[in-house]
Amino acid sequence: MISEKTLPYWLLAPSLVFLIALFAYPFADAFIIAFQADGQWTFENFRTMADDINFGLSFWNTLILVLIVVPLQLAIALTMAMMLTKIRAGRDLVLYVWTIPLGISDLAAGVVWLALLSERGYINTALSALGLLDGPTLWLSYETPVALFVAVIFAEVWRATAIVMVILVAGVQLIPKEYNEAAEIFGASAWQRFIKITLPLLKPSLQTALILRTLLAFEVFAVVVALGGRDLPVLMGEAFLWQFDYRDSGVASAYAVLILLISIAFTLVYLRVLRVKEEPQ
Amino acid sequence: MKTMLKTGLSAAAVSTLLFAGYPASAETIFLSTQARPIEEAEAMRNTVLGAFDGEVDYIPQEDGPFLNRILAEAEAGDVSIGLVGALHGNFPVLAGADALAPVDDIMSSLGDRKLIGTFVELGKLGTDKQHYVPWMQASYVMAANREALQYLPEGADVMALTYDQLAAWSANIQAATGERKLGFPAGRKGLMHRFFQGYLYPSFTDSVVTEYRGEKASAMWASFRDLWKTVNPRSTSYDFMQEPLLAGEVWVAFDHTARLMDAFNQRPDDFIAFPAPAGPEGRGFMPVVAGLAVPANGPDRAAAAKLIDYMTQPETQIATLKAIGFFPAIEMELPDDLPRGVQIAGAAVTAQSASADANPSLLPVGLGDKGREFNKVFMDTFQLIVLRNADIDETLDRQAGNLRKLMEETGAPCWAPDEPSDGACPVK
Repeated sequence: MISEKTLPYWLLAPSLVFLIALFAYPFADAFIIAFQADGQWTFENFRTMADDINFGLSFWNTLILVLIVVPLQLAIALTMAMMLTKIRAGRDLVLYVWTIPLGISDLAAGVVWLALLSERGYINTALSALGLLDGPTLWLSYETPVALFVAVIFAEVWRATAIVMVILVAGVQLIPKEYNEAAEIFGASAWQRFIKITLPLLKPSLQTALILRTLLAFEVFAVVVALGGRDLPVLMGEAFLWQFDYRDSGVASAYAVLILLISIAFTLVYLRVLRVKEEPQ
Repeated sequence: MKTMLKTGLSAAAVSTLLFAGYPASAETIFLSTQARPIEEAEAMRNTVLGAFDGEVDYIPQEDGPFLNRILAEAEAGDVSIGLVGALHGNFPVLAGADALAPVDDIMSSLGDRKLIGTFVELGKLGTDKQHYVPWMQASYVMAANREALQYLPEGADVMALTYDQLAAWSANIQAATGERKLGFPAGRKGLMHRFFQGYLYPSFTDSVVTEYRGEKASAMWASFRDLWKTVNPRSTSYDFMQEPLLAGEVWVAFDHTARLMDAFNQRPDDFIAFPAPAGPEGRGFMPVVAGLAVPANGPDRAAAAKLIDYMTQPETQIATLKAIGFFPAIEMELPDDLPRGVQIAGAAVTAQSASADANPSLLPVGLGDKGREFNKVFMDTFQLIVLRNADIDETLDRQAGNLRKLMEETGAPCWAPDEPSDGACPVK
């Protein structure tokens, strides 16, 4: 029954079953719940969502957060990846240290930054000791939304830049050395080589990294909850509140569907903009 | 062998259940929604009911099965339950189905028991008959660090504050210490919504639902927004006020007695408890009242009366407090041998419910599974007006619409302090 031809399918089957049972099915279910109320097909859940006092705020907070965090992470990760290509001794050690945040759950990362930034936290204490602050200063409250926002950006950049870097490091290693060496012979500067050779050849990795990172950025949740509680509403946080605090799965699912639609839209944009053209034969 | 053992065991389990469900007829079945955790139920059976001269079978049950069983027995005309104990909110359902026998005669036989008048009134459920006898209570009170007392405004009595005096006190503290030390449990798991429903609205509008918007409500929110300027901004992350009180972040706080108890117990000499402030419409407060009632056509009314008499005696009330942490429903001095925290909170709970200007507001009744959405209406209004500085009248108009929709969906009639309504409680 298992021939050489069918073997790949058999090997794929478990992951397919896994995906259907634990991803596709619950997802389809959420989709149906979002469009139903009292057993009727309706847009009522979406209306409730859009009428809610936190909807506009959470939508814009999430969008602005993504638009700041993702480019920032891309720039930092690119820099880190390029630096790694120049390091000989201790390269692996540096790589491991840089990827430590990858092993920390996002809630734990949020709590770490809370310990740093709260009014009795390390940074407050240190700045007070240096005389730069008059006393414990509250940064993470509804009264200081900008500071709270900046704190979330810091924590997100610290936590999730490593995944972008890992993808880019792998991509950089795939670029054949010959191109760079040839360009060097013709007198191209380091910046010209980066712009004309590395970046174009890195496109597939950039695409993967951007899609992955943007999708996850739209789902930002635990870090925001740890640092700001309900004071900085984001889409995923609202979905969580509707599900577990207000016990309304319909509206929670509506939020999930909205996040999905935005994610699909961004993915399509990336696929289109960073398209890799087929080499002319 | 294994199968046989299993069968034997389950047969034993079934017979135990059967016997527990149908005890000998001399026993009074006391069905209750309270003291459900196993240790509390055991404490009820062994210590509270242990000294009762008679056989009682205390059966704690969740609200749903509790109501179902009483209603089913009433409908079948075969009543086995002698006495029921539950929170106030369950009684309108039972009385509405004629499943309860009024207890006016039992009330009058209790004589000089000094049941708290407010609760006796609540026990009538808005009718002229007594449907339940007050059993016990819990509530939300204020707590303060003794350090804060020196900043009380002149002429203010901490046991009978007004909201204006609270605002002045909090402003004094801020002026003297440079810190905002009034705190509210406005975190995700905090009980801030109860403050609006049971304290602020009744104190300023003598209503919770009907007068949700209007001149009185507008003035109330304006003054609360002013008060909030002296409130610790971390309040939006506080769930249990005992923690910031113990940490010294907050000196004056509002919360449920159970969520202040650690502060009172750990440092009884540092903290005091006192009644919530009063507004123009009295001292709004939310008692969590439990009552005792007798099912209609019950097996032995005399036994039920005897049990009610026993449960409302001062000694039993104290035993109940020790066993399950609910405070007496009668006016009485608490003895000295109680844990300090219980003494501190108990004095405030009693003073609050027995105060001359008391204006009790009940836990929302009849909202079913929409209770959380009801709370959300109040918390959203708070977020918009107080935290985001939105226009008060616009916000109240918008939120009154949401509230009206919710009341009409559930059809919940008004509860105190709103006037009783036919059908869904109206929002003006």
